[in-house]
Amino acid sequence: MSTNLIDVPDVGAAGVNPMVPRPYAVHKVRQETSDTFTLELAPEDGGPAMTFAPGQFNMIYAFGVGEVPISISGDPAKPATLVHTTREVGIVTRAMRNLKPTHWLGVRGPYGSGWPLTEARGADVVIVAGGIGLAPLRPALYQLVAARKYYGRVVLLYGTRTPADILFRRELQQWHSRFDLEIHVTVDRAIGSWRGNVGVVTSLIPRAPFDPHSTLAMVCGPEIMMRFTVQELEKRGVAMPNIYLSMERNMKCAVGFCGHCQFGPTFICKDGPIFRYDRVQPLLAVREI
Amino acid sequence: MAQIVNCGDQLTVGRESLQALFDALARRGYTILGPTLREGAIVYDELASAADLPAGWTDHQDGGRYRLEKRGDEAVFGYNVGPHSWKKFLHLPTVRLWQADRTDHTFKVKTDEPETPQLAFIGVRACELKAIAIQDKVLLGGPYSDPLYRSRRARTFIVAVNCGQAGGTCFCVSMNTGPKADAGYDIALTEVLKNGRHYFTAEAGTDLGAEVLSELPCEPASEEEKSAAEAAVAHAAEQMGRQMDTTDIKALLYRNYEHPRWDQVASRCLTCANCTMVCPTCFCTSVEDVTDLSGEHAERWRKWDSCFTTDFSYIHGGSVRSTPRARYRQWMTHKLATWIDQFGSSGCVGCGRCITWCPVGIDITEEVRAIRETEVAPPTGEDGHGGS
Amino acid sequence: MEDLKNILTTHPFFAGLKPEHLQLVVGCASNVRFDAGKFIFREGEEANEFYLLRHGKVGLEVYAPERGPITIQTLGEGEILGWSWLVPPYRWKFDARVIELTRAIALDGKCLRDKLESDYQLGYELLKRFSQVMVERLQTARFQLLNVYESH
Repeated sequence: MSTNLIDVPDVGAAGVNPMVPRPYAVHKVRQETSDTFTLELAPEDGGPAMTFAPGQFNMIYAFGVGEVPISISGDPAKPATLVHTTREVGIVTRAMRNLKPTHWLGVRGPYGSGWPLTEARGADVVIVAGGIGLAPLRPALYQLVAARKYYGRVVLLYGTRTPADILFRRELQQWHSRFDLEIHVTVDRAIGSWRGNVGVVTSLIPRAPFDPHSTLAMVCGPEIMMRFTVQELEKRGVAMPNIYLSMERNMKCAVGFCGHCQFGPTFICKDGPIFRYDRVQPLLAVREI
Repeated sequence: MAQIVNCGDQLTVGRESLQALFDALARRGYTILGPTLREGAIVYDELASAADLPAGWTDHQDGGRYRLEKRGDEAVFGYNVGPHSWKKFLHLPTVRLWQADRTDHTFKVKTDEPETPQLAFIGVRACELKAIAIQDKVLLGGPYSDPLYRSRRARTFIVAVNCGQAGGTCFCVSMNTGPKADAGYDIALTEVLKNGRHYFTAEAGTDLGAEVLSELPCEPASEEEKSAAEAAVAHAAEQMGRQMDTTDIKALLYRNYEHPRWDQVASRCLTCANCTMVCPTCFCTSVEDVTDLSGEHAERWRKWDSCFTTDFSYIHGGSVRSTPRARYRQWMTHKLATWIDQFGSSGCVGCGRCITWCPVGIDITEEVRAIRETEVAPPTGEDGHGGS
Repeated sequence: MEDLKNILTTHPFFAGLKPEHLQLVVGCASNVRFDAGKFIFREGEEANEFYLLRHGKVGLEVYAPERGPITIQTLGEGEILGWSWLVPPYRWKFDARVIELTRAIALDGKCLRDKLESDYQLGYELLKRFSQVMVERLQTARFQLLNVYESH
């Protein structure tokens, strides 16, 4: 035997350190709602633009402050600009919100599993998004629209707190005006001039136009919302293996080493964040797992 | 006298020749690490010579208890494992991943050249070999590879020692990880004190090990010497202080997430994280981004972390595992069950450190037994919870 | 009348009712239409009818002087509007304002209430159906209370 390492391929020279971020320049910081903003970035090291699958995320580093996982929310067909949308929830995201064009961020990624857009071909697609959950689903919508002919009916059900919290309004309106997409938006409560739906996003499911027996559902939002949504989808006859969720947990490395993102036997960073519902259903039922 | 040595040859090396092993390794530029006595425990540290080994000492271990005692003989490896494991040398407790300096609005990242010391480990037990292999799987065998671990691991020379006695908290036999080392070493030694003689039987596991052995005064082992060595190891196998029934343990723990035993152990567990610090396979780390006062220089550090801390599972709003019950359950279920789905083997090697170093003596083998014996309505055949 | 009977007979809400009960219900029904912006009922008024919405959108509102009207739920095609007619004190708790032109079938709750007191079977059948509506509204309201989209 030439080495005392067992079961592992013989190691050669040390490779790239997966914990080193790549510098990206901020091109735009857009405030979307009172607590949510979008970053548009481009690589500044002369290297290639990042290609990614809808549903994947990056680890974004604010110099000297910290690093957080943020889903990619841009169009995969336009990789020259890397787009992330996030809520401001702590010191790192607050530092990011205060950046200006030409400031730099560090980016590592893309990581994780993507939405099952290939598996969905030939079927109806129902997208159920809650709050910031629309951000990791937007890339899937871009791709569905770009390859529209491969899918049956495409329906977006989007719920958020109030009309002021609606993300990507202009795009939603553009999609709404197409004849081959169904966009239904609802808010938990509304004041003043809102003439749209008021009520929980799950209430949009019973009457949404899709064939439950030939549908792939993609769900993203707060965990409570996802659990209730899955119940409604199942009530309508969508089978568990045809429902996909995006899960979230604490992440420090995103490459399967730090152990923080474990969810039962899965690592959200490499086995997720997108999971087929039947595979995680028993885990969702266990508190504090 | 020098010999041509091949892998698998069984040789005998006299006790007095142990220093020659140190010399052969030093000549090759190895830093030698091994057991030594310090502050009332046998720890792993740099050894200047074979004289630094804790000859003539043994340990008494039990739940929450570790004491050293002088032996009646001068056995060099007559004890079991202490609070340290070899992971402190391979998966460094604290390490700087990179540093960066800011100029205007940009920054430049600089990685340190990984220091690639040549380390020789003397006295690695069978359970520890398995633990090293388990960490190899975690840190090198996945889609990403840890270059820091890899550069240190690639240059490590391992001298394993087959245990001649078992400790009070040992259960390697239950975990099928010992007491005999079967793979993963460059040289394996078995210490024999018999009929006034004190020697080691030695076997090379790699070409490099064979090369080193050939520089020591050694003879082919006689039948009597071989069987004395085997008897010593068999003796250890019979003495195991603890036992764990691992039958279907993954399914057992997957279907018992709500077992009341978790509340019981939570009433004792201090979430002090000792078990994760001493466990040779625990690998969790945290990443810390720091900056100097000027804000112009930043560094990213990686340090050992523990799933027992409240922050470990923090996401905006709170911690997912806020109760000690959830955290103990996470550690034990990961170690014995989900690890199997993640990495293809148990995460536990039966070294017993978590039992010895738990301040309240929580015993993982007892917890498994309690769950198994008191679970309500075990199912007929089918696997319980859990993904794959 | 024939048209109304057809609609009510085939509507899922009334599915399973015995023919004589259905006849009773039809007897209490009429077609109605509300323009956008009009109130169907106001908070505090006597609740003497309920509506099967056929087309359009209605918002349930509560008015707070410092905040203006707050919409807590919208109802649309196929949904039932109003259960306060069935439960004492028979008064509306919210305003119902039409958001989009709405056509509905109005059912005379006062008339039905009298019939329910003498025909317990019909009473049970209607209560069974309305309790379903109430449960769904309650679950929805509870979910809204959770404020899941908030930062915590």
